[in-house]
Amino acid sequence: MSTLLEVRDLVKTYGTGEAATRVLRGLSLHLDTGEMAALLGPSGSGKSTLLTILGTLMKPTSGSYIMLGQDMIAADDTALTDFRNAHIGFVFQFHNLLPDFTALENVIFPTAVREGRETPQARDRGRVLLTRMGLAERIDFPTAKLSGGQKQRVAVARALMNSPELVLADEPTGNLDRASAMQVMDLISEINREEGTTFLISTHDEKIAAVCRRQIVVGDGVVTG
Amino acid sequence: MLYGLKIATRYLTANKAQTALLVAGVAVGVFIFIFMSALIGGLAEFILSRTVGDLSHITIEAETDDPALLISPEGHVLVVAERGRTRTATLAEAATWLPLIEEVSGVRAVSPQITGAGFLTRGAQVAQVSVTGLELGRESAILDLAGYMVDGDVRVGPGLISLGRDLVDDLALSLGQTVRLESSKGVAAILTLSGIFETGNGAMDGARAFVSLSTARTLFEMPQGVSQIEIKLNDLNAADATALRIRALTGLDAVPWTDGAEQLMEALNAQAQTGYFLKTFALITIVIGVASALLLSTYRRRPEIGIMRAMGAGRGFVLFVFVTQGALIGLMGGITGAALGYLALLPFPPREAFRPGMLPLDITQGSYGLAVTLTVIGAILASILPARSAARVDPVTAIGQ
Repeated sequence: MSTLLEVRDLVKTYGTGEAATRVLRGLSLHLDTGEMAALLGPSGSGKSTLLTILGTLMKPTSGSYIMLGQDMIAADDTALTDFRNAHIGFVFQFHNLLPDFTALENVIFPTAVREGRETPQARDRGRVLLTRMGLAERIDFPTAKLSGGQKQRVAVARALMNSPELVLADEPTGNLDRASAMQVMDLISEINREEGTTFLISTHDEKIAAVCRRQIVVGDGVVTG
Repeated sequence: MLYGLKIATRYLTANKAQTALLVAGVAVGVFIFIFMSALIGGLAEFILSRTVGDLSHITIEAETDDPALLISPEGHVLVVAERGRTRTATLAEAATWLPLIEEVSGVRAVSPQITGAGFLTRGAQVAQVSVTGLELGRESAILDLAGYMVDGDVRVGPGLISLGRDLVDDLALSLGQTVRLESSKGVAAILTLSGIFETGNGAMDGARAFVSLSTARTLFEMPQGVSQIEIKLNDLNAADATALRIRALTGLDAVPWTDGAEQLMEALNAQAQTGYFLKTFALITIVIGVASALLLSTYRRRPEIGIMRAMGAGRGFVLFVFVTQGALIGLMGGITGAALGYLALLPFPPREAFRPGMLPLDITQGSYGLAVTLTVIGAILASILPARSAARVDPVTAIGQ
C-alpha cells in the first residue's frame, strides 16, 4: 500500500502567553491508502485538533503535513479549499447537514459547488449513494424529517460524493443508538473494503474501534500507540 | 454561479415570512421614491405650464440703436438725443427669417408681432393699454388666446380688436361696439370689439389689446418689419439650446425664456433638491434594512457556512450567495414597489389635465426603471458587508457552534 498522508512533529498551540494551551506536542503519523483506522484517546488528548488539521480546516503552529505528495502547510486557502473538495470527506458527530435542503441536495453539494451547478451525473451518483445507505425512500425528503441515524447516513453519503481518498469521521456514531451506530459502521467498512477509501475515525467507543483494522491512540498531544 | 443562485434562492424561500417582510420594507421605500419622483416632477411641470405655458419660449427683439450724437469737428459733443421710452427699433428683415426659424428642429410656432403702448378711449373713459399686433391666423401661436376667449371670435382682422374681460368691464363695452385706440405715435384708429378673453392674469385681462398686424403697422407707423418675433417650442426645456441654434442661423438676438427667470429656475432647482434628499433617504432606509437583515441571516447561518466551507465551498462562493440574496431582495422589492407606485398613480389625471387645487402627480415621471436599478444596486452594496462577514467565517469555529 502507498502512503496517503504523513505528518511529522505537529505542534498546535491555542492562545498566546500565559493563556497558551499546547494541544499537539510534536505528533507524527502516517496513513496508507485504503486503511481503516480508529483514533482513540481521552477527551482533550488532541484527536479533534488532529482531524481538523488533517482535514485542512486549520494549520498547525509547526510541523509538516504531506498528503498525496502535496505540502498542505504551504498551500493557500484557495488551494486547500479545492484540495479538500476533491480529496477529503468529513463526517461529523452531529451530521451537520444543510437544514433547508433535501437528502439528495445535501449529498451532491460537494460536486455541485465544484461544478457550479447540479449536473444529472451528480444527481445519479447521489441517488446511488443514498440507495446504498438504505435511504432509497428518503432521497427527496427534507433533512428535518429524517431520524438521527438516517441523517448520519446522509452525511456519510455526502462525504463519499466526490470519491475522496480520505474520509475523516469525528465521533460519527457518538450521537446514535447502538443499532444505528453499528449500521453506520457496517456501511463504512463495506465502502472501505470495496472502494479502498481510507477512513480515520475518532471514537471513544471500543466496539466501534474494534471494527477498524488499525487503532491509533493519542495521548497528551502525541501518538502513544 | 448558477448553484450559488440556487442556494441564495433557497435561503430566501426557507423563511418566507421574514423574506416577505424584508421585500415589503424595500417595496415601501421604492414606493416612496416613485411617489416623490411623480410629485416633484409633476409639480415642476405644473408650475412651468402655469408660469411659462403662455409665454414665448424664445423672443427675438430688434436691438435698439444708440442715441444719436452731434459732434463738432473738434470732437466735442454738441447734442445728445435722449433715448425715448417707446421702442423704435424694428426687425426689418423679419419676413426673410421667419421661414428659416420655422424649420428649426423643435420649433412649434412662430409669431411675428408689432408691440407698443396706446390709449383706449370709450366716451369719457380712457385706459392705457399695451397693444400687440398679431398676424391673422396666428393669434393663438404663443398665448392660447382661443382657449381664453369667453365671447366673440379669436381672429383679429383689420379694424377689429380683442380685449380682456376686466378692461371690457371697466369701459362698459360689449361685443360689436367701437373704441378709439391712439398709439404712442399719436396715430388713432376706430376699432370694433370682436373678442373678449379672460386669462386669469390681471395685467393681461385689464391692460392688453390685440389687433391685427396691419392695424398695428398703421398705429405704430411701421410700414415694414416687426418689433419682435415670438417662438413657441415643443419642449420649453430646450429653449437655451434652440435659442443658440437660431442665433447661429440668423445672427439675431434670440433670447430664451430662462434669461430673466432665474428666480423660477432657482425655486424649481430647490424643489428638485428636496426631492433628491427625500429619495436618497428612502434609498438609505432600503440599504440599512437589507444590510441588517442579511447580517442577522449571516449570524444565524454561521454553522451552515462552516459546513459549506468544509465541503469545499470557497470564500467567493459564500460571498456570492449572500450578495445574490441582497440583489434578489432588491429586485423583488424594487419591482413590487414600482408596480404599487404605478397602480397608486393611475387614478390621478394626466399632466395635461392638471388644474389648481389638484395634487399634480405625473405618472410618467415615476422614474420606475431608475428606482428599481438604484434599489438593486443599493441592496447589493448593502449585502457586501454581511457577505464579507460570512465569507470570513472560520469553519472550525462555526461547525463547533
